[in-house]
Amino acid sequence: MLEAILTMSLLAAGFGLLLGYVAVRFHIKGDPVVDKIDALLPQTQCGQCGFPGCRPYAQAIAKGEADINQCPPGGESTIVALSDLLGVDAKPLNPENGAEEDIKTVVTIDEEVCIGCTLCIQACPVDAILGAAKQMHTIITDECTGCDLCIPPCPVECIHIVPIQDDITTWKWPSPEKPGVERPTPDHSAVIK
Amino acid sequence: MTDSQHPLYKFPGGLHLPGHKAMSTTRPIGKIFIPSQLVLPLQQHIGEPSEAIVKKGDSVLKGQVIAKASGYVSVPLHAPTSGTIVDIIDHAVPHPSGLSASSIILKPDYQDQWIELPAPENYLQMDPSALRNRIREAGIIGLGGAGFPSFIKLNPGAHTAIDELIINAAECEPYISCDDMLMRERAREIIGGIQIMQHALQARRCLIGIEDNKPEACEALQQALSQLNIDTIEVVRIPTIYPTGGEKQLIKVLTGKESPSHGLPLDIGVVCHNVATAATIFQAIMHGKPLISRIVTLTGNGVQQAGNHEVLIGTPIDEWIEHHGGYHASVEQLVMGGPMMGFTLSTDQLPIIKTSNCILALSRDETNTQQAAMPCIRCGACMDVCPVNLLPQQLYWQAFAREFDKIQDYHLFDCIECGCCSYVCPSEIPLVQFYRFAKTEIWAQERDKVKSDQARQRHEFRLERLEKEKKEREERMLKKKAALKAGKGKKEKDSKKEAIEAALARVREKQKQSSSESKNTDNLSAEQQQKINEIENRRQRSQANKNNAQGDSGTE
Repeated sequence: MLEAILTMSLLAAGFGLLLGYVAVRFHIKGDPVVDKIDALLPQTQCGQCGFPGCRPYAQAIAKGEADINQCPPGGESTIVALSDLLGVDAKPLNPENGAEEDIKTVVTIDEEVCIGCTLCIQACPVDAILGAAKQMHTIITDECTGCDLCIPPCPVECIHIVPIQDDITTWKWPSPEKPGVERPTPDHSAVIK
Repeated sequence: MTDSQHPLYKFPGGLHLPGHKAMSTTRPIGKIFIPSQLVLPLQQHIGEPSEAIVKKGDSVLKGQVIAKASGYVSVPLHAPTSGTIVDIIDHAVPHPSGLSASSIILKPDYQDQWIELPAPENYLQMDPSALRNRIREAGIIGLGGAGFPSFIKLNPGAHTAIDELIINAAECEPYISCDDMLMRERAREIIGGIQIMQHALQARRCLIGIEDNKPEACEALQQALSQLNIDTIEVVRIPTIYPTGGEKQLIKVLTGKESPSHGLPLDIGVVCHNVATAATIFQAIMHGKPLISRIVTLTGNGVQQAGNHEVLIGTPIDEWIEHHGGYHASVEQLVMGGPMMGFTLSTDQLPIIKTSNCILALSRDETNTQQAAMPCIRCGACMDVCPVNLLPQQLYWQAFAREFDKIQDYHLFDCIECGCCSYVCPSEIPLVQFYRFAKTEIWAQERDKVKSDQARQRHEFRLERLEKEKKEREERMLKKKAALKAGKGKKEKDSKKEAIEAALARVREKQKQSSSESKNTDNLSAEQQQKINEIENRRQRSQANKNNAQGDSGTE
């Protein structure tokens, strides 16, 4: 009887120590789920989801405080990816957060009009605006995420949205089955008799 | 040299297609003509576009570099004839998208005056890397269709031994006959180019794979080989099965080796080049001529006169066709490349570029009567003809459903887009179209991923920076507060006095330092000290004498 109790307590103590050690040794900082969600978000940092950036939104999703359909820039593909990750049903984008845009955009500054107030620089979440007080500002187009957060603060309305033009390196073949699009000529355009 | 003994292997699938080649091989290769204007897109090869080094109004000579290579996977671009640079603008380029790209517009002066060409060199005495450099400087890219810079494919790498150099003379696609005509007329140039390639790669053996529907070309090559008495190059006749001219398919047929799924033929010790590339390399090394023209097939029932012509790079297609007899009234569709892998052109106001091997003008009775695709009946015909052993049907479903992760499990990126599956599909489903759609969609997603990672990094850095700035501001405030608190007990005058005193102390310190600056009298030896003392005494004595003398004179 005593032996059994002793064995069990020893085992319990042993496993307890092991588990305690492992918990310390292999401790993971931060929440891995948040990282995974964050990796799926488009990182425009636009705040259309109602959170101040993509990571806060990811944290809110992880805590169950936000739904997965609040990201207009990510659109349908992001919702599907999130639903796959979290094992929940995909649902249509919440119209309260905005609509998914087909065409990606960036902004440009009309440099003739810009007065160099730096307000847009402070608003840009990815530091994609270059300039200094009373100096002309300009957008680093390659870094612009198209979040449009710089537009409301501009006192002279010199920031404009421009669509990103496809060039021959970024052009995509259209889907042959996309409704509303004329079926493109197939590759075997000639019937060889 | 003989082709009877060489063992041949088979690749899976493939098709026997009607050739339609005879219509364009009846005449010799047509001569170059100079059009009214040349359009030279900066991107004519795979890799980074070239960078223009001329500006509007410059006059250039034939063969002059007008755009330099930018980056490693890039080649320069040369003026195809002498003339004036009219403009550098976006011009429509031959591309399935129909989009425009930056191009140099050259107006010929019809003098056709060459720039001074580099002297011909004995390539056998050249270092392979210098040889590759010359080939790069000549702007040479693979002329088979993909347009990968040739100098890279002539680099065997540090650790790989090249067993075989394979020359692709299969030209398996229907209608196209530019390589066929080139071999018939310029076999010696080709052999010369192959020898240069062999030297660059240090390849022991070379196999020329040529489909057995080109007996004249085969004969010409063999004749050249026997005249030159070369036994390291072998011409091998291979059965005419589409797509035998695919790089990996040809390697399989000739050597039995299979290139790895995500690798290069180089990984299995094989390098494959197109036959026209060999001829161009010969011109570049032996005559110093850059790639400024190529042979292009003009064919199809939609033109009056089918044939092969040497064409300056940048020649507008409309002017070229007009020059050679123009269109037939029945013309319906214009295709760049062959009927299987080519793409439809929406206009003929496009230039011939380095990778254009064929312009196919199809008449009404040659074109497909575009029926709407019917549902897949799962017959499996596509699977039987796939030369890469893929499952075209599965790929189609995944592309249709936009399952871009799953489609890669079915090896989408091993698809060579040969079009066999679409050709045999009884439901006329444009299968290759779906694969192309999926491929470009996946590439776009990858680009987006890179961009979003970059944005995340920048956003995190910004947050960090803002945090740091906030902290610094707070610290400064705290310090100021602490200073104020400390200062409250004392009188303001005291602090001023202290400051003045501190300043004075600093000045005194400085003076002290400067007064004790000369240190060359420290650490003297006894001898030196004695000498100094002596001099000192002498001086004092002479001083005293002087004083005495003055005193004496004064008393007199």
